[in-house]
Amino acid sequence: MTDAAVSRPPRLAWRPPLETLALIAALVAGWQALHAFVGGDALPSPLAATRRLGELLAAPDFGANAAETGRAFAYALVISWAGGLGVGILLGAHRLAGDVAEPILVALYSIPKITLYPLILLLFGLGVSAKVAFGALHGIIPVVLFTMTAVRTIPAVYLKSARAMRLTPGDTALHVVLPASLPEIFTGFRIGFALTLLGTLIGEMFASQRGIGYMLIHAMQNNAPDVILALALLLVTFATAASWLLLAIDRWLRHAV
Amino acid sequence: MRGLGEIVHEALCRGVGRHPRSQTRPSGLGFTLLARASLRGQRRGDSRKRGGTPMTRAGWIRLALVTACVAVLEVACRLRWIDPVAVIPPSRMAQGAWMLLASGEYTHDILLTLSNVAMAFAIALVLGFAGGVALHRLPRLRRAADPLLASYYAVPTFIFYPLFIVLFGLNQWPLVAIGVLFAMVAMALSTLNGFDRVPPVLRRTARAMGLSRLQETFLVTLPACAPEIFTGAKLAVVYAFIAVIAGEFVLSGAGFGFKIAFAYNNFDNPTMYGLMLLLLLLVGVLNWALYAWERRLYERQGRA
Repeated sequence: MTDAAVSRPPRLAWRPPLETLALIAALVAGWQALHAFVGGDALPSPLAATRRLGELLAAPDFGANAAETGRAFAYALVISWAGGLGVGILLGAHRLAGDVAEPILVALYSIPKITLYPLILLLFGLGVSAKVAFGALHGIIPVVLFTMTAVRTIPAVYLKSARAMRLTPGDTALHVVLPASLPEIFTGFRIGFALTLLGTLIGEMFASQRGIGYMLIHAMQNNAPDVILALALLLVTFATAASWLLLAIDRWLRHAV
Repeated sequence: MRGLGEIVHEALCRGVGRHPRSQTRPSGLGFTLLARASLRGQRRGDSRKRGGTPMTRAGWIRLALVTACVAVLEVACRLRWIDPVAVIPPSRMAQGAWMLLASGEYTHDILLTLSNVAMAFAIALVLGFAGGVALHRLPRLRRAADPLLASYYAVPTFIFYPLFIVLFGLNQWPLVAIGVLFAMVAMALSTLNGFDRVPPVLRRTARAMGLSRLQETFLVTLPACAPEIFTGAKLAVVYAFIAVIAGEFVLSGAGFGFKIAFAYNNFDNPTMYGLMLLLLLLVGVLNWALYAWERRLYERQGRA
């Protein structure tokens, strides 16, 4: 962090991401070319998918489905972030507990969690709790790992200085531990966000009768490529915008601390 | 199996730019960091025990903890604290797994899934490596792709499965394509990470010694980033598994994932849990073996 302290926090001047826009344009052009190659119905064109998305957005039941997904995602995200933060701080503060838990967490992170969906369904039943459980299951582990690491890696000299200055434990936590570990914790939050979204959608695909995930699986089973592409477009836009924002905050935190 | 504490944090610090020499910016890399994190092994136990033969205290506690969890589950199921329709005792899961292995009825599906994963892995390895090199060589492309890569894993890739069926026909290739799509980006990001970390002094030395470009690549650059590339390969295996299994769950007529979903729909708990146990064991053992190998690679470079 030494060099970060020297360098100035970057100004948040907004530079138009021309390169990214160019890449997106190239991807859309590739999609159009593929559409021309495969033929109309099998792979709708970008324009058709966008139009379909407009229709979907205007349809009366879409709002309810989106709200349903949003609600499940919000619950799952709160559990992932708050739960991950709490567990991560505990494991980070207690070294032996952290050493015991870490390989277990990494192993859990790398198994295909979709395999566990029958178990989740049997335990939680069809409905919002299963979706939330699925989302939180995906999102919480990275938050725990990053928080634990952040707490563990606070330089000992910070804590020593805090003691030398006779800060109370509360002040130490607020003025030393939190600022020192915030950037890493936030990276965990960012990754947790993406995985929670993925988990919630997967949960909806299998464990629900409503929501964006359900619309997706419905479209897949009815072989409606235009709906799939329209929803994919919506999800990609949302995920990219959200993670772009989180990434900007992440970078700003790293420079500001 | 050692705690990953120090390791994680060091990898993370280096990865995300806290380390003075690291210029890597946070991006989609978080995902690869997580996997890499698990690597750097705990320094303190390390000097005493090489090769992990004697277990650390944490290792014993971990073993005891896992055993206790399994035992509690067993007792809870036997005493019917947990609804037997939902969860069956671990001993019966193991029995189910053994039965379906012995019967040979599922061998075909298991092999099918494995071959799909293997193909997806091989293709993702090549494409991901090429992508990583391209991103490293072309800074403009990298700047352009950065926000897209960072959000890549938030989109459930397997929603494109039906489109791949249209493109490739009703055979195994759509599943392989899903696996490739999912695994490729992790491989590319790891490769990029590896190339970023080759110390400039190595390049300068190579040039000072008058190595040709080809020699520099094969004798200096690639060996220097071998550990990261291996990490990418490890991730590609894991991600190919996740994607192929997920694809089989969603829409497929054969394979591991399909059989689990089929058993679930038929309330066939011993088969379902047996298959789940087999799959998780398979992936777990594979991961663990790759992890051990990976650790040796980093150790050889004195980086563990």
